[in-house]
Amino acid sequence: MEPVVRIASRTVVLAADNVDTDQIIPARFLTGTRTDGLGASLFADWRRDGAGELRPDFPLNRPEAKGARILVAGANFGCGSSREHAPWALTDYGFAAVVSPSIADIFKGNAVRNGLVPVEIEPSAHRELLSRPGTEIVIDVAAGTVSLPDGGSARFELPPFARRCLLTGRGPLDFLLEQKSAILRYEHRKDDVAEAP
Amino acid sequence: MAEKPRTLFDKIWDAHEAVPAGADHPAVIYVDTHLIHEVTSPQAFVLLRERGLRVRRPDRTWATVDHSIPTRFVEGRPAFLNRATRNQVETLERNCEEHGIPLFRMGDPGQGIVHVIGPELGLTQPGRTIVCGDSHTSTHGAFGAWAFGIGTTEVAQVLATQCLLQERPRTLGIEISGRLGAGVSAKDLILGVIRRFGVAAGRGHVIEYRGGAVEALDMEARMTLCNMSIEAGARAGLVAPDETTFEYLEGKEHVPAGDGFAELVVRWSRLPTDEGAAFDRSLSFDAGSLEPMVTWGTNPGMSCGISEAVPAPADAEERAALDYMGIEAGRPLLGRPADVVFIGSCTNARISDLRAAARVLAGRRTNPATQLLVVPGSAKVRRQAEAEGLDEVFRSAGAEWRAPGCSMCIAMNGDRLSPKELAVSTSNRNFEGRQGPGGRTVLASPVTAAASALAGAVADPRPFLQN
Repeated sequence: MEPVVRIASRTVVLAADNVDTDQIIPARFLTGTRTDGLGASLFADWRRDGAGELRPDFPLNRPEAKGARILVAGANFGCGSSREHAPWALTDYGFAAVVSPSIADIFKGNAVRNGLVPVEIEPSAHRELLSRPGTEIVIDVAAGTVSLPDGGSARFELPPFARRCLLTGRGPLDFLLEQKSAILRYEHRKDDVAEAP
Repeated sequence: MAEKPRTLFDKIWDAHEAVPAGADHPAVIYVDTHLIHEVTSPQAFVLLRERGLRVRRPDRTWATVDHSIPTRFVEGRPAFLNRATRNQVETLERNCEEHGIPLFRMGDPGQGIVHVIGPELGLTQPGRTIVCGDSHTSTHGAFGAWAFGIGTTEVAQVLATQCLLQERPRTLGIEISGRLGAGVSAKDLILGVIRRFGVAAGRGHVIEYRGGAVEALDMEARMTLCNMSIEAGARAGLVAPDETTFEYLEGKEHVPAGDGFAELVVRWSRLPTDEGAAFDRSLSFDAGSLEPMVTWGTNPGMSCGISEAVPAPADAEERAALDYMGIEAGRPLLGRPADVVFIGSCTNARISDLRAAARVLAGRRTNPATQLLVVPGSAKVRRQAEAEGLDEVFRSAGAEWRAPGCSMCIAMNGDRLSPKELAVSTSNRNFEGRQGPGGRTVLASPVTAAASALAGAVADPRPFLQN
C-alpha cells in the first residue's frame, strides 16, 4: 500500500444518499480471485445502460470527470455488503478519497486498508461541495482538513491508527504480526478458562 | 467494591482483548471462530502467500461454499454459471487443503450458507467472537455472540494472527415490546425496526435487541432479526442467551455434552446485560401493531405494512426508488404481479422458514405466471425438509426445490431476475440490481412470499393461515 499524504484533485459529485456496495460493484463482478482490474466494473449498472453503452448523464461519464480522484458522495456511502471489491474498484478506477457526511462502518475500514481516504465532513461543508461539482480541492490527511471552494476548510476525523496507516502505507497486518507473543499469552490464558468469558 | 454493571457486549469485548487499546493503536481482539467462503477469501490467501504466512489456527477456521455455487445439477453435475465461479470454488478447495482448513464442499452433508451452518454445527456459541467476510455475519449474534462482517484484508489478518484491530463500537439497546400478531414474523419485525429508525441508525454501534417480544422468539427467528442488523447500519446485533438458546445448542456437534455442557450453561448465564448497565443509546419499538411488511423501494428501510398505501416519496431518493421499482405511491402493493418468488437466503432459509412457507402452500398451486424457487439454507435443512415431506409440498405446489446456497439473494450463480422482473423475496436486500441487473425486489417474510406465489402477486398471507 502506497502512503497517502495529500490529495489535490477536482471532485466528481454523486449526490445520492445510501449508495450501497452492490451499486459500487455489482455481485456478478465478484467472481474473480484478484484485487486488480475491477475499475472497469465500478458503478457498472449506473455507468452503462442495458445495452452496455455509457450513459452520458452519469457524473463519472461526463468529460470534466476524467482524471478526478475525489468522489463526493451522499450520506451513508458504502452501506450493505462487506465486499472489499468496492474500494478495490474505486482505487483501480483512480479514486483516492471519498467525501461524505457519513460513511458505512465496514466500507470505511476497507477503504483505509486500501489507501482510499474516507473523509467524513459536516453537512454544511458537504452541501458546499455538492453544489460545486468539478471544483479543485485539497485533502490533507496529516492535518485532517479539506479545502472548500469558498476558501475555507473543513475538518475530518480519523482514528489515529487509521491516519498513520494512510500516511505510512503500513497496514494493520504488520502491527498484528508484531503482537505475536501477546496473542500467544492471551491464547494460553484463554485455554485455561476454556471458551466462554 | 461492587463491579460496574456491564452490557452483554461489554462482557464479550472485555474477554477478547488480547491487547488493550493503546495511545497509538486500537485494541487487538481475539477471534474465536472464523468462517470463510469462496468469494471473499481468495485474495486473502494470495496475501498470505505473498508474505510467506501460514494460517495460524486452522482449528478455529471453517470453510464452506455458498455464494457463487449453482443450486441446480445437470446429469448429476453442478451447473456452474461459468468458468470463473467454478474456479473460485476450486481455489477455495486448494487453499483449504494447503492450510488444513476443514471445508464443506458441494454435496457434503454439512455444506450450506455460512450463517446457516455455523449455528447448526454448534460453532456459534454465546460469548464468542465470530467473523466472516460477509456482512450478514451479524446473524450469529442471535446466540449472544459478537459476530460481524469483515473485508478480505481482514480475512487475511485473522487467518495469519487470529486477531483484528478494533475501535470499540458504541452500544445501542433496542427494547421491543408487544407480541407479534398472527402471520407476522421476525422478518416483519426487523423490517419494521429498520423502517422506523432508518438504514443508518446503527452506524458505529452494536445493537442489543431486548424485551418481551425478543425473548418470545425462537432461535431461528432471533437469527432472522440479527441477520438484518447490517441493514440498519450496525455491523453486529445481539440477543442475550437464555433457556431458548441453551436448549437449541444442547446436542449440537461442536457443543460439549454432559458436565461440559452444564458448565458452559453456567458461564453463558452470566453473559446477559447486568441490571443498571447503560447503553450509549436506547430506542424502543412496539411489535404489537405490526402487520406483514413489504418493501416498495430500493433499500430495506423503504417498506410499509401489507395493507398500507405506499407512502408518497419524501425526497429525490424515494422518487428514484419508486421509479426504479415501477411502483406508484398512494395505494398498497397488494396485487402487484410477481414474476418470481424466492424463498431462501441466510435471512429466511432455515427449517422453520420452510415449514411456515409450506403451511401456506400445502394443498394449493402457485399461479402459473409466477416462478417459485425454494432454496434451503443448508444440506441439513434440505434433509430435514425432505424427511418432513416439505419438498413434496413445494413440488406439488409448482415450486422448484433446489440445492442449498445463497442463490437469488446475491444472484452470482445464474439464479437471477431479468430486467424489470419483480421478485417477492425472503432475502435481505432490495438494492437496485441485487437479484439481477434491472431486477426489482420486494422483501417479505416466508409466509408473505408463499402467499404471493399462490396469488401470482404481492399478497397478504393471513387469509391463507386461517384454516
